[in-house]
Amino acid sequence: MNSIHLLPLGDVDRGIVESLQQPLSRVFRMPVLLKEANLPLDAFFDEARGQYNSTAMIQFLRNEQSALARLHPGREGSHERILMVFGSDLYIPVLTYVFGEAELGGRVAIVSYYRLRNELYGLPLQRPLLLKRICKEALHELGHTYGLTHCLLQDCVMHASTYVEDIDLKGDTFCPDCIAAVQNPRA
Amino acid sequence: MNKQDIGILVVDDELIVRESLTKWFREDGFRVDAAENGAAALRKLQGNSWNIMLVDIKMPGMDGIELLQRIREITKEITVIIITAFASVDSAVKALKEGAYDYITKPIDPDYLDHLIEKALKEQQLVRENRQLRDTVSELSTAGEIIGDSPEIRNVMELIHTVAPTDTTVMIRGESGTGKELVARAIHNGSPRRYFPIVTVNCGGMTETLLESELFGHERGAFTGAQQRRKGKVELADGGTLFLDEIGNIDMKTQMDLLRVIETKQFTRVGGTDIIRSDFRVICATNKDLEQAVKDGIFREDLFYRLNVFTVCLPPLRKRPGDIAQLAHYFLEKYTRAMTKTVKSFTPEAMHALKGYDWPGNVRELENAVERAVVVCKGPSIEKDDLPVQTVAAPRPDGRKLEDIEHRYIAEVLDETGWNITRSASILDIDRVTLYHKIEKFGLKRKQ
Ligand SMILES: [Zn+2]
Ligand SMILES: [Zn+2]
Repeated sequence: MNSIHLLPLGDVDRGIVESLQQPLSRVFRMPVLLKEANLPLDAFFDEARGQYNSTAMIQFLRNEQSALARLHPGREGSHERILMVFGSDLYIPVLTYVFGEAELGGRVAIVSYYRLRNELYGLPLQRPLLLKRICKEALHELGHTYGLTHCLLQDCVMHASTYVEDIDLKGDTFCPDCIAAVQNPRA
Repeated sequence: MNKQDIGILVVDDELIVRESLTKWFREDGFRVDAAENGAAALRKLQGNSWNIMLVDIKMPGMDGIELLQRIREITKEITVIIITAFASVDSAVKALKEGAYDYITKPIDPDYLDHLIEKALKEQQLVRENRQLRDTVSELSTAGEIIGDSPEIRNVMELIHTVAPTDTTVMIRGESGTGKELVARAIHNGSPRRYFPIVTVNCGGMTETLLESELFGHERGAFTGAQQRRKGKVELADGGTLFLDEIGNIDMKTQMDLLRVIETKQFTRVGGTDIIRSDFRVICATNKDLEQAVKDGIFREDLFYRLNVFTVCLPPLRKRPGDIAQLAHYFLEKYTRAMTKTVKSFTPEAMHALKGYDWPGNVRELENAVERAVVVCKGPSIEKDDLPVQTVAAPRPDGRKLEDIEHRYIAEVLDETGWNITRSASILDIDRVTLYHKIEKFGLKRKQ
């Protein structure tokens, strides 16, 4: 059966991870389960940048998944999607930062709420706003795993956002075209 | 534009850079590919269309600058953005000099990258639109070039040549059919505004409300029937030229609005409150006696002086009969080509008739006459009978027979006196009855 596995990483705020369960399960219409991760986090840390390499983390999990699939062919749940949730800053090598990353049309994605916190911008802490933002980013990155590219509609959660205000501006749902691609994959 | 139709090529020797940028743009929905060196990049130019190339400046073998030069030899169409490992002003400046669009330093700020790409694509589209526009415009101007070799038309061309490169307001005056719009286009095409549109507003035959919304646009619901917000011609002419044809026909209220927008280059849409700016040059045209209209109080004097800065007067065709043959041959070629017919020339009788006619409808009437003749013509040349009836009915005499001279002289005197029969008869030293007979005999008609 299809499902989404949420992997809390490192000292991530568990409450934030749990807050994602309900909305994700409602949108993707499948169970969202909390799992434990076994990632050698230090291996992905860049001392000079003080950031974690999200591309390498996704790569690591993908390799692990295919190894598992080879060991247990036909294992139940082998179609699950994996979303890593992190509280530290992420980068992909050529860019200064990312909010998250996903395999386009694949199964593994990652989001971090590090840059979604108001405190980072000298604003008062606002937990409901933070939860809203991380939820949008989780939906967005999982959307990429369904092969969705950025949507031009401002209201759609697949609208590109490279700045935290962009996230607040866009909607928290998929537009009709994008949701169709999610609910009838490969249609 | 569909993002899938936009191609981005990443050129970098580092695999990780190629991979991450490719992925980044792919998530945006672009068509993306990567090349690991200059040679591979040049190979990918063949058979593919790329809108944007991101090129690493430091690569083994052919470096980014050299690749940029090679690309520029092949095409100017592709926007090249240079990637540098750290801000090296020297090489970045060199890249810009070689025609790079911009340069970015690694690691790249994602927000900056997205906006840079968006900006580059927008500018690319603008350049393309302008090029299309320019092609249409030059097509138009060659299709209807101002033809003639008479001193009158040479004077017109000299005026156009003088005023075109300036930003001066121009008033074109002339009877209808003399080609006022052609002159407006020629002025626009000779100006620095030529890459922006020339927008024509025909002020004749429009109600006050309609003309206002045509000029200034309207907001949704501004009046009955305004279901969508619409941009007005003043707004569309931004950067270019606003050509107001039949300016003598606008009502007093619109005259005032027009004066204001010409003076301030600011306006609001009908039913709107936002102040919109537009930078345009004004060319207007009229066949009316505006000085008289000002005296009669139906044309604002201040607007008249605003518009009447530089005047180009187009002579009626009858004042430059020497150009008739050249114009006729020009239109003959134009319409035989359009209709793929093989009419080569005019018979001497037909040309004689064309030269003898008064052409109250001017060049436009001549063009229509030739067009019609090409349609009905069956032989290799246009015969007198192929021409419209009125053209051949009352030929203007240009022979040296005594009768011709008499005909010409009487017509001249009548024109001079404004068809005052008594005064004409007295000048000619004949009685009025005789004059009436001569008028009938020569088929003279009072010109409008
Ligand atoms: Zn995205
Ligand atoms: Zn969408």
